[in-house]
Amino acid sequence: MPAQRKKPKVAVWKFASCDGCQLSLLDCEDELLAVADAIDIANFPEASRAFEKGPYDISLVEGSITTPHDEERIHRVRRMSRVLITIGACATAGGIQALRNFQDVEEFISAVYASPQYISTLSHSTAIADHVPVDFELRGCPINKFQLVEVINAFLNGRKPNTPAYSTCIECKRRGTVCVTVAHGTPCLGPVTHAGCGAICPSYNRGCYGCYGPMESPNTASMSGVWSKLGVDRDGLVRAFRGFNAFAEPFRRESEAHERD
Amino acid sequence: MDATRRGIQTEIVLAATDLDRLLLALKETGYRVYGPTVEDQAIVYGELDTAADLPRGWTDEQDGGIYRLKKRDDAAFFGFAVGPHSWKKYLFPPEVKLWSAHAKAKGFEIEEETANPQKMAFLGVRACELAALGIQDRVFLQGSFVDPVYRSRRDGLFVVAVNCSVAGGTCFCVSMNTGPKAESGFDLSLTEVLKNGDHYFLVSAGSEPGREMLARLPQRPAETEHRQSAAAVVENTAAHMGRTLNTEGLPSLLAGNLDHPRWDEVAKRCLTCANCTMVCPTCFCSTVEDVTDLSGDHAERWRKWDSCFTMEFSYIAQGSLRSSARSRYRQWMTHKLSTWHDQFGSSGCVGCGRCITWCPEGIDITEEAKAIREAPQKTGGKP
Ligand code: SF4
Ligand code: SF4
Ligand code: SF4
Ligand code: SF4
Repeated sequence: MPAQRKKPKVAVWKFASCDGCQLSLLDCEDELLAVADAIDIANFPEASRAFEKGPYDISLVEGSITTPHDEERIHRVRRMSRVLITIGACATAGGIQALRNFQDVEEFISAVYASPQYISTLSHSTAIADHVPVDFELRGCPINKFQLVEVINAFLNGRKPNTPAYSTCIECKRRGTVCVTVAHGTPCLGPVTHAGCGAICPSYNRGCYGCYGPMESPNTASMSGVWSKLGVDRDGLVRAFRGFNAFAEPFRRESEAHERD
Repeated sequence: MDATRRGIQTEIVLAATDLDRLLLALKETGYRVYGPTVEDQAIVYGELDTAADLPRGWTDEQDGGIYRLKKRDDAAFFGFAVGPHSWKKYLFPPEVKLWSAHAKAKGFEIEEETANPQKMAFLGVRACELAALGIQDRVFLQGSFVDPVYRSRRDGLFVVAVNCSVAGGTCFCVSMNTGPKAESGFDLSLTEVLKNGDHYFLVSAGSEPGREMLARLPQRPAETEHRQSAAAVVENTAAHMGRTLNTEGLPSLLAGNLDHPRWDEVAKRCLTCANCTMVCPTCFCSTVEDVTDLSGDHAERWRKWDSCFTMEFSYIAQGSLRSSARSRYRQWMTHKLSTWHDQFGSSGCVGCGRCITWCPEGIDITEEAKAIREAPQKTGGKP
């Protein structure tokens, strides 16, 4: 047998998010026992109230930074973690809550809350990497559980994770799906979207929604051209690029380019 | 021909209603039969059980970035052009496990994949696809290294070609000298004829296994009239190519225009999505991914289709060598039309038109070549 390793201590942290990405870890039914066997889960609020103090070998961070308190907390997490991996669109791009970044937050607060003075929030929802150095970003809304296991696995075995940054189209073609844009005239963000989900939506005859954010060399302007030819108007383009990864730089720029003043 | 002298037919006429006899004969001889079938509003390749699985009465309209399945007003079995799939998916699978390794008390043990797939028969291989098959044979089998994955699938493959009865909107096999008639490289070839209420196939054998298969079909000899009708079908197709490409001096023309401003223009449109390379029947690039399980005791190596449009493809110590869309599009097009000649002694393009149809932005390799030819920076260069 190979030398018995000391089990690495892993913590899962939640910032502004829906918990969906953390749940992906619980969703690893088949792999869960192996995961529990290979790592010591020291902090995982979605699964258990047990809490072990740091430092941690790996921290998995879900969620974006939206409050002054979280802005501080992420620095504490970073200090306690040897490796910090962000998981999901919130943590890697600000998430759907980054839609606030395009609006006046003060205005919302006074409209929504009876006592706005109790609300302490930032004007922007931002990615973890905007605040602290991040060792690896795992994309997706939600992340793909197989990719999560792959990333943990790669870090445990000291190798590079297989999470390619090319287009979703490559996954789509490998599985033999008929292109929804070419054959059906359905707008699809696959060409500008980071691979990772396995091109699920086109396999159900839907266009890609861009859940995994921008791919390595996204030509968003040309993508908008394709969508326009398919009959999508400017408002439609703004909405398309303003999804879960609205504040990822290439998508942000593209949605702003189509905004009417 | 020997066989003809011995009185064995090498060419027969098969009634359209008897097409199932061919599928049956193939299956009885132990083949799994693959061919065109309708799925998700396109004609793709899949496993066929009977002739009813074929896209009978369907055709397609194709243009840059556009494919539409349409009803025909007759009951032709093969009245369409090539679709998004190519046969390479069976011989050079998109994802395949190469080997796995298991940790032992000392070191590890490697277990090679002994994939021994059932013999395959391809039904409905077009002339351009036969040419592509020949090109991939050269790449995978005829160099210094033989690819065992391709070898095991290619050996014993039975090829039923179909001479094209319609030209697709993006086809240009005539320019590439690869079609529309299948000249060699098949076991059987079919030409579908629908004329004056008659519907039949002219079936020709192109190999010994082909002649044996032919002998299992109803023996109705082909007459001059059948041959003439079949020839007319192919001639008509040749006269209706959707695209043309002037190949004269093309390899050196492109080699001499690597800094042409046209590359910048196409780069503005190119999504670097890699669809063109995925659908191209001659593209052969792959990457390998190593995976481990959580214990680290078990590892696997997988091979997956890759493309020169990805950053990782040209990744070296300092980063990606081809970081711009310009350099990536140029790599693709010059490989197909220029450097392929140096590497393999032929063009890397067979004129099937897939890269044009299945490019979401409708970038057209024939248009790009034409633009450079019309305003070259240099007239030639070292190929
Ligand atoms: S369906 Fe979407 S992801 Fe798939 S190839 Fe077409 S554009 Fe790309
Ligand atoms: S380059 Fe385009 S037209 Fe030529 S063989 Fe490849 S896919 Fe077909
Ligand atoms: S064009 Fe690109 S993907 Fe295709 S064979 Fe050449 S290098 Fe490979
Ligand atoms: S030429 Fe078309 S299919 Fe090929 S990478 Fe560019 S946009 Fe994609």
